[in-house]
Amino acid sequence: MHVIESGNVAAATGVKLARTQVIAAYPITPQTPLTEKLSEFVSKGQMTAQYIPVESEHSALSVCIAASSTGSRTFTATSANGLLYMSEQVHWASGARLPIVMCVVNRGVGAPWTVWNDHQDSISQRDTGWIQMHACDHQQILDTVLKAFMVAEKVSIPVMVCYDGYLLSHSYMPFEIPKQEDVDRFLPSFSSDCKLDPEHPLNQNTVTLPDVRPDIHGNMSPGYMEIRHNLQQDLICSLDVVKEVEDRFKGIFNRGGSPFIESYLCEDAEYVAVCMGSLSYQLRDVVDQLRNDGQKVGVAGVRLYRPFPNQAVIDAFSGKKGLVIFEKGISYGNQGPLFTDITSALYQVEERPFAHNYILGIGGREIKTQDLLDTFRKSIQSGRKNEIKTEWIGLKL
Amino acid sequence: MATTILNLPDDELIHPGNRACAGCGLSIIYRIGLKAIGRDTILVVPPSCLTVMQGLYPIAATQLPCLNVTFASTAAAATGVVAALKAQGRENTKVVAWAGDGGTSDIGIQALSGACERGEDFLYICYDNEAYMNTGVQRSGTTPQGVLTTTTPVIGKLQKSKNVPAIMAAHGLNYIATASASYPLDLYDKIKKAMGMPGTKYMHVHTPCPSGWGFDPRYSVKIGKLAVETGIFDLYEIENGEFRLTGPSKKLTPSKLKPVTEYFDTQSRFRALKEDQIASIQAGIHEKWDNY
Repeated sequence: MHVIESGNVAAATGVKLARTQVIAAYPITPQTPLTEKLSEFVSKGQMTAQYIPVESEHSALSVCIAASSTGSRTFTATSANGLLYMSEQVHWASGARLPIVMCVVNRGVGAPWTVWNDHQDSISQRDTGWIQMHACDHQQILDTVLKAFMVAEKVSIPVMVCYDGYLLSHSYMPFEIPKQEDVDRFLPSFSSDCKLDPEHPLNQNTVTLPDVRPDIHGNMSPGYMEIRHNLQQDLICSLDVVKEVEDRFKGIFNRGGSPFIESYLCEDAEYVAVCMGSLSYQLRDVVDQLRNDGQKVGVAGVRLYRPFPNQAVIDAFSGKKGLVIFEKGISYGNQGPLFTDITSALYQVEERPFAHNYILGIGGREIKTQDLLDTFRKSIQSGRKNEIKTEWIGLKL
Repeated sequence: MATTILNLPDDELIHPGNRACAGCGLSIIYRIGLKAIGRDTILVVPPSCLTVMQGLYPIAATQLPCLNVTFASTAAAATGVVAALKAQGRENTKVVAWAGDGGTSDIGIQALSGACERGEDFLYICYDNEAYMNTGVQRSGTTPQGVLTTTTPVIGKLQKSKNVPAIMAAHGLNYIATASASYPLDLYDKIKKAMGMPGTKYMHVHTPCPSGWGFDPRYSVKIGKLAVETGIFDLYEIENGEFRLTGPSKKLTPSKLKPVTEYFDTQSRFRALKEDQIASIQAGIHEKWDNY
């Protein structure tokens, strides 16, 4: 069935189709309509989940952590300062290896207050050990929620599904709602081998020591460092799982296929614009115009930000003449984080493309297609200069 | 019928040998409390002495499933366990959150208040040793006035302690009770009663701490009793809004109260108290008891 609805409703629909069992959320703009919709599904009996209207985001993720530890499929959603308020729990969820799915409806963080879109909120949680997926349109939001549950449960690592506040969350676009029986075929019900159960008591997340330590039978058990190393290894391995799940999804729903980088006219392109989220679709217009001028250009939207798909980046960009990396977030005191990641991945490539870094759309500043066009052109004309510089566009100083 | 030592269940839910200090009040209430809680229960525990007492990975002292959670999240985590059990039709399994006074009265009070307002179905036990003992005796919201801690040195804490059971009572819970490590059978009966009631239940347990309070470990029980006999810590229940003194506190009258100095003199943490402070505390206790 096709509908015309908001991005938040697309996300809520995915959560419903996934037969999520426990939902906890606290209102924050622009995430709010998503949780309103979920509470409506539950109240109307269209969904049998436990919906917990908690008193804070910290508690929202705490509820999900505990419910997931007890063996239920769980979901929460937040934005900006809400994500920052739960940050302690964000780290805890991945450390405890819980397959929670959380939508992050991307918004700039205070101070000063802004309710508008940029990526600083999820970027700031980059190093928490979560998988971070970015959706570029409404269909991808719904589909990514479904894939996120499957990936999370296969690798026991939580997943953030990030999408742009307002630009996607509050705009209305057509998308297809998959049939429940197809979703059930794609996503089996959740079962956990180590849930809280009085029949099989476990003491979860106990204090660990710096070194390995024998259990009461004399068998050596890991220390904190081994446990954290396992998380890193499993995150790297989850790249394969993300690909597998994408292929499986495509096999059933006949959509998707690009879990790492979604490319537009990149094959023969000499210069590629790179970004995350809905901006990659706006850049398609820019690429079309430059192609009309005879420029060989393309655009690549990075769909998976953590674990970072280094090999996919190398495959996509080695041999290109230049990359123009547009970002809605910054590592203050350095440069755009996506720029850092991409240039780092390409360091080992002999024929590296030049890479220019542009920060834009911070706090919802309008991103004009003409500005993108001018910037892309400027970068191409500047030749192979590979200076490390970060320029802001759309600034009115 | 009140439980006696003769009909207290033999089943031990805590393994012999744990990391509690000698004379730890928590080790008494944990052992007896788990007997009342029973095996079909999931525990939720934030950072506290209990985290350490329960054992360091991969060794655990408890025989119940236990979820260790972050400091501020105890009641929210208990909410999550309850929700998951409900979602899975496992509602016979009970949930008990067990936290210290700092984890309850300070950093955990927001989540606790939220869970109480929603009426989440679990028992919350606060063991109150009146300071952050696990981190080395720093003041908490329930540290009494005048007490020396490592963050209230020299002159002692200037402020009065926070009355957490009264805060819980303001949430209109079905059941609130206080108990003491020195009266474990009273504690047992109250936990038993709470486990059979719906909604959020709150228990506040006075828990002597030899190393934090400054007394010889052999006097833990005696000192806990003195707190009750001086009328400093009162044993009561608030059941469906009805307040009643219970056990040893029920037998007390204002005239039978021992002077507070009998309690203060047993512990080095009170040594900074001046005469006028003691007089003022004593007057406050009489005023409280005159209103019972």
